[in-house]
Amino acid sequence: MRNTKRTQKIAFFLMLLATLLIVVPVGMIVIIIVQKGLPAINWQFLSDIPRQGMRTGGIFPAIIGTVYLVLGAIVFALPIGLLAAIYLSEYSRDNFLTRIIRLAIVNLSGVPSVVYGLFGLALFVVFFKFGASILSGSLTLGIMILPIIITTSREALESVPQSFREVSLSLGASKWQTIRHIVLPNAIPGILTGTILGLGRAAGETAPILFTVAAFYLPQLPKSIFDQAMALPYHLYVISTQVPNVDEKVRYGTALVLLVLVLFMNLVAIIIRYRFRKKKKW
Amino acid sequence: MRKLKEFIIEKLILVCGLAAIFFVVLIFLFLLKEGLALFKSVNPFAFIFGKSWYPISEPAQLGIMPLILGSLLVTLGAAIISIPIGVACAVYISEVAPSKTKEILKSGIELLAAIPSVVLGFIGMVTLVPWVKSVFHLPTGLTALSGSIMLAFMAMPTIVSVAEDALYSVPKNYKEGAFALGATHWQTIYRVMLPAASSGIVAAVMLGIGRVIGETMAVMMITGNSAIIPHSILQPVRTLTATIAAEMGEAVVGSEHYFALFAIGIVLFVISFIINVTADLFLHKRQ
Repeated sequence: MRNTKRTQKIAFFLMLLATLLIVVPVGMIVIIIVQKGLPAINWQFLSDIPRQGMRTGGIFPAIIGTVYLVLGAIVFALPIGLLAAIYLSEYSRDNFLTRIIRLAIVNLSGVPSVVYGLFGLALFVVFFKFGASILSGSLTLGIMILPIIITTSREALESVPQSFREVSLSLGASKWQTIRHIVLPNAIPGILTGTILGLGRAAGETAPILFTVAAFYLPQLPKSIFDQAMALPYHLYVISTQVPNVDEKVRYGTALVLLVLVLFMNLVAIIIRYRFRKKKKW
Repeated sequence: MRKLKEFIIEKLILVCGLAAIFFVVLIFLFLLKEGLALFKSVNPFAFIFGKSWYPISEPAQLGIMPLILGSLLVTLGAAIISIPIGVACAVYISEVAPSKTKEILKSGIELLAAIPSVVLGFIGMVTLVPWVKSVFHLPTGLTALSGSIMLAFMAMPTIVSVAEDALYSVPKNYKEGAFALGATHWQTIYRVMLPAASSGIVAAVMLGIGRVIGETMAVMMITGNSAIIPHSILQPVRTLTATIAAEMGEAVVGSEHYFALFAIGIVLFVISFIINVTADLFLHKRQ
């Protein structure tokens, strides 16, 4: 008996250790970046163009580029993803086609990000002749975040109780009216969560934009969706591997801005989900 | 009029429902379109098993074996590190941790999943790489080992969350039955919960590995990028993904090099396809 107790103690201790081995480094990564990046952050860093071969100055064009890319991606992916989720949750039956769609979504979310980059290059940049542009990059990122948006929106739609639909239908509303006025409004927090998670993912990805939009160095802001743009994740990659003798502070500062941007969006998504769960009336 | 409007909307919904299939097929077709052009001039067998990758020498040598081995080595290292830690952490979160700690730990793991890979690559460069260099007395810290450690951190969130789901969905009466028979908590976990959740855990491991094979930026920044056949984990390597990311910028559209990079893309697409379909089968088996 004492032996089994001791085995259990050792096993639980090892599992705790494994958990700490994941959580502690995560905490350290965030702390290191905040600690070393914070001194670099000031108004000039956030609002100026990069200067002296990106060794000083700011990162404003990269921030703006990322904002454009992310907005473009969501404008493309949200309508398609939401309608796809409505199809899966409200219209599809449990048949072969549905299974194939589900498998396609699983695969779409598993395709390596650099393969999305290749695809964007072949389809948007070369085939459609959009060139390396915000349009090409946004579309590529949009397709990449589509599975996130479909999956989370579908969960949100399916969590609306069946009885809501039945009441609406029994009052004479059509199927679409029921979806539009009953199901969708009740699923909005969940859909919003998915959208924001998609935004965060799109903001942080580098590989899909490498050959579709990212400019190494571009001191002016993009004027149209057919222009190239700088982007934060690519800028961090460039100044940490391609340009020698960049001040540590600038690197950490860029990493901090990117990290804060992405984590902030995730935090907002988590808060919305949490408040929604608390308020849920069913 | 309203009938017509609804008809159009429902058709639109159906079309969007098929979008996922459409895009998967489109991605594969465009990879094939650009990648298969390579095999007009290069033998597919020589491409996969060729031992040297010198795409810009004259004549170009396009053998991806060093890259495949590089990817395998880094992935294997990451799997060895991340599977035991990830599964143990999943068990701890779902079975042992008190419910308040549980929520904090879960958010911590979600946080890790959200950190962009380029940020992890950067942190790896400034912390892990010098550490590996000094611990093993190497000329450079940019090695397969550094890549494995960093990638293990990218695989763990996936492993933990999928495995935790699998453990959570084990019916409660299994556990209660084991307790009633006098088993300790650990015996119940080890003999009842883990076997009952095994197919979900296998799926978790596969999805984690899929994430590692497809990872690009961090790996490119910290594995040293030398396309030679590796003999030890303490050597620089180059992976399939890093090769595409690093070289596509210089490859001329329509050149043999450009086609070869797309052919690597086909290889990656096929690998990730196989992994995801198998993992999905395992996940389905459970239900």
